Amino acid sequence: MATPTLPERSQLAYIASQAADSRLNVEIETEGMTLNIGPQHPATHGTLRIVAKLDGEQVIAAEPIMGYMHRGYEKLSEVRTYPQVTALVNRIDWMGSFANEVPFILAAEKLMEVEAPPRAQWIRTILFELSRIANVVLFLGDMAVQVGAITPVFYAFRDREYVLNQIEAVTGGRFHPNFDRIGGLKDDLPAGWIADTKAVLTKVDAFCDQLDTLLLGNEIFQARCRGVGVIPADVALSYGLSGANLRASGVDHDLRRDDPSGLVHDQIDWKVWTHPDGDSFARYWVRLQEVREAIKMVGQLLDGIPSGPIMAKVPRIIKVPAGEAYVATENPLGQMGYYVLSDGDLNPFRVKIRTPSFNNISICPWLLRGVYVPDIVTILGSLYFILGDIDR
Amino acid sequence: MADTDTESPAAQEDAPPSDDRRERLLEDLRPLLGDAIVSTHIDVGHDLYLRVDRAQWADIGTRLRDRGFQFFDFLSAIDWMASPFGRSMESYVDTIVAGEDPTAPPADMSMIGSGYAGGDTRFQLLARLYSVSESIGVVLKSDLPDDDLTIGSWSRVFGGASWHERETWEMFGITFTGHPGLRHIYLPGDFEGHPLRKDFPLLARHVKPWPGIVDVESMPGDDEGGN
Repeated sequence: MATPTLPERSQLAYIASQAADSRLNVEIETEGMTLNIGPQHPATHGTLRIVAKLDGEQVIAAEPIMGYMHRGYEKLSEVRTYPQVTALVNRIDWMGSFANEVPFILAAEKLMEVEAPPRAQWIRTILFELSRIANVVLFLGDMAVQVGAITPVFYAFRDREYVLNQIEAVTGGRFHPNFDRIGGLKDDLPAGWIADTKAVLTKVDAFCDQLDTLLLGNEIFQARCRGVGVIPADVALSYGLSGANLRASGVDHDLRRDDPSGLVHDQIDWKVWTHPDGDSFARYWVRLQEVREAIKMVGQLLDGIPSGPIMAKVPRIIKVPAGEAYVATENPLGQMGYYVLSDGDLNPFRVKIRTPSFNNISICPWLLRGVYVPDIVTILGSLYFILGDIDR
Repeated sequence: MADTDTESPAAQEDAPPSDDRRERLLEDLRPLLGDAIVSTHIDVGHDLYLRVDRAQWADIGTRLRDRGFQFFDFLSAIDWMASPFGRSMESYVDTIVAGEDPTAPPADMSMIGSGYAGGDTRFQLLARLYSVSESIGVVLKSDLPDDDLTIGSWSRVFGGASWHERETWEMFGITFTGHPGLRHIYLPGDFEGHPLRKDFPLLARHVKPWPGIVDVESMPGDDEGGN
């Protein structure tokens, strides 16, 4: 090939420089990379996999992939009797198992037009809130691990164990109590349990104060969480975010106060905490306040348990009359609801399980776009999901 | 069960105060939704059920969102066909003793009913929206004809609807027009069938029969029971 003449060479050089300039002006071109996080990753509380497409350190698209733990509870519920279903739903959010049983039992009770006696309702509420404490306390420690602090999680595991011991003392199970019954509870409280629980509440309260001073004011923690993963209120609502994730975006909504459905939260004194920021720090802060609030709640509830039976009169073979009911409660992770459709038989005709984590994590593709790689882990941690609660 | 009457006398007798709220809400929504409303039902003190026109589904989502129902609760579907496998709860041993063929489908494969606010077809879409400011929810249903299981997508109205629609698509085989990517969400990519349909067998029950509703095994120390 002949050497280009001078005008041609200058022309080619001009074109090449223009092309280089245009690339530079748009952005420095880097080779895209796909980063696979999980399914086995400590930040995923189970087996969630996130495929993130990166441009340098920045995420341009993130897609959660789940189903590694899908157990098909909606299908399985169709071939089990109503009392057998509680054993399944225990395993949805395994950190706060008892709270999973409550909305299902309430939905069945609503269809049967049965109401649990007051004592059962109070003890239900106590165990419900204890589940919240056991669940969220672990989050409070675990979130510290996501930003590189190791110590708090050991305190969290230690203090959660006290709460689990109390749940075990009543129900016989640390994680899967299977204790709630249509029309009441399986058993009454054991002797001396109230005093023991109060002692435990004091310990957990001290743990909360400790975290407050240990972590919330910490410069690294604030730098990693403040302004990271901001969710505006309207986006949170449109994705159906619930629980502390929604309240940390400034939406003042709590089913325990706004739509009480069979528990006794309306008979005690407590408040709903919100935070206007909507970032990872706000979500942590709201959860910390909620644990403190739950401690206050259980303290009041323990003082006011009414006497009486713990089971209403229900037939031994439970047939639920035909009808539809949707009952949702404010579970540790957010709004959990069961849409129970009965055709009047021994087993539900259709159960739709609305779990908080499924909606909470569905915001990930929106939220993770544009964040930096290290923030993926803190954002996921602050959204706080349990895989069993996503996959059902 | 197919009670579409919103003003039954029983509902008025023991109506808690909250029921008036749903009556008022329904009156509010009638001009907003117009002829899209097919039938309604008020579950006193609990929920408002609206059965709406399939063709206007996507638009109804927008109108309700702008009306204040900003919280997307869930979206799913109901298969009203009675299961051809029965309730899968009797053990094979029991049914054989009773002289039945355990593998034969039950004689009656008709639909079991149509639920609150009615329904005419096998598949019915089900969704719930919630208004945080008013603390009130509304359950929406829409009938899908068997020969055309498609409906408009809400994925551009509610961000959270996208995943729920993917789940409904793989579990029931309902297609959402306008959805940006109907991919499997729980099941492997090459999975065949729609597991939550009633005619999809729960294989675990067929591989190993369920012991039945009644405990047939003798308990330790139980002298009289068992074999």
